[in-house]
Amino acid sequence: MSASTRRWLFLAGMAGLAAFYLWGLVGLPGFGHYPGPYGLIINKIAVAQTNATGVVSAVNFEYRGFDTVGEEFILFMAAAGVSVVLRHLRGERERPGLEQGIGADEPSTSDAVAQAALVFVGPVLVLGWWLASHAQTSPSGGFQGGVVLATAFILIYLSGGLLTFRRISPVALTDAVEAVGAGGFAAIGLAAVLMGLPYLDNYLPLGIKPGAVSSSGTIALISFFVGVEVAAALILMVGEMLEQTLLVQGEAGS
Amino acid sequence: MSVFPYLVVVWVLAVGLYGIVTSRHLIHLIMCLIVVQSSTYVLLLAVGYRRGAVAPYFSDIPVHTPAVDPVVQALALTDVVVEAAVTALLLAFAIQAQKRFGTLDPHELVQFKG
Amino acid sequence: MTASLQLVLLVLVAVGATGVVLIRSPVRQVVALSVYGLLLAVLFLAFQAPDVTLSELTVGAVVLPILLLLALAKVRERDK
Repeated sequence: MSASTRRWLFLAGMAGLAAFYLWGLVGLPGFGHYPGPYGLIINKIAVAQTNATGVVSAVNFEYRGFDTVGEEFILFMAAAGVSVVLRHLRGERERPGLEQGIGADEPSTSDAVAQAALVFVGPVLVLGWWLASHAQTSPSGGFQGGVVLATAFILIYLSGGLLTFRRISPVALTDAVEAVGAGGFAAIGLAAVLMGLPYLDNYLPLGIKPGAVSSSGTIALISFFVGVEVAAALILMVGEMLEQTLLVQGEAGS
Repeated sequence: MSVFPYLVVVWVLAVGLYGIVTSRHLIHLIMCLIVVQSSTYVLLLAVGYRRGAVAPYFSDIPVHTPAVDPVVQALALTDVVVEAAVTALLLAFAIQAQKRFGTLDPHELVQFKG
Repeated sequence: MTASLQLVLLVLVAVGATGVVLIRSPVRQVVALSVYGLLLAVLFLAFQAPDVTLSELTVGAVVLPILLLLALAKVRERDK
């Protein structure tokens, strides 16, 4: 099928999709006039029920905790998939790089970039840790904290090169940490089942003051495990892509 | 203004899909896919918005202040992070496709069989 | 005030998305995607969603560009 035929077919299909979409839009209540009951109900009762003032994290890890388990395992499997897909094909070999430092044709990072990245590693780590452990109090939570933690490791790569990155986060250790994070989340839910409660029920003490760090029971704990798992998964994926780009090379001409 | 965000959503969706359909480079295609996914985040957040309401965090405001819907924010939030992981997987596929077939043009890749 | 800010940001997001798709060279498109991620993050903030802003900011401006640039470097090396 030629390119212009493809284009006309797409325009016809998109016109149909847009028509159905606009037809559905007519039935919506309009931007800003939120009618639905669930948001209003949750905003009213979440603080009283879970002692968590960050309602979004309470929704993520308590009211819709089962969805979050599913999403976290999507992340887990994507990280595993990247490792599996980027295996060596026949005829490829790894440039002898990692033990002796990378070879001469890796472009060296400029000093300014390396220094700036180094300065920010510490604060970004602290910020990520704070975000992952304060899910119940303010706009923070496991997913955001995990991504910021992974950013700290990317900064380590920028300032130190692949050798430093690999020394700080060897594949076996990152794998183990990711497994602990994902398994920890599932185990917290299973512990509730062993106590005779529904899966992922909130069984830890809820704390006295809403919004304190030690409040809201399992929400804080789950958020911490999720943060660790997200960070480890992203570090694994970036590490795989880095090694694939810098170390693996094919045969000439293949 | 009461339907404008939804029109923007359908525009971004259409533009992203156009990019996917007419793309000649697999990595360009993956970036257009990212644009399509971003339109769904805007849709989710636009559905949950209440005029004059604040973010649903009650650590320093009284509990009965009108706030926007937290459920759609929770959905959009996990969505964003999972999108990054799935994009990484797609990029790994693109790299392997280039290794095996030597080309990154989707129009040429279609013709390979077996 | 918030309504006009949201309007401006929505228009910028629509323009940004068009820009990202119409740039055909992948390396330039990565830069455009990074800016688009920043615009989206500010739009989410105007929609009173700070959590989503945090995620989108880090993912869109750091993690996605680095993955894309690594894939592009790998692909370009084989083309040589």
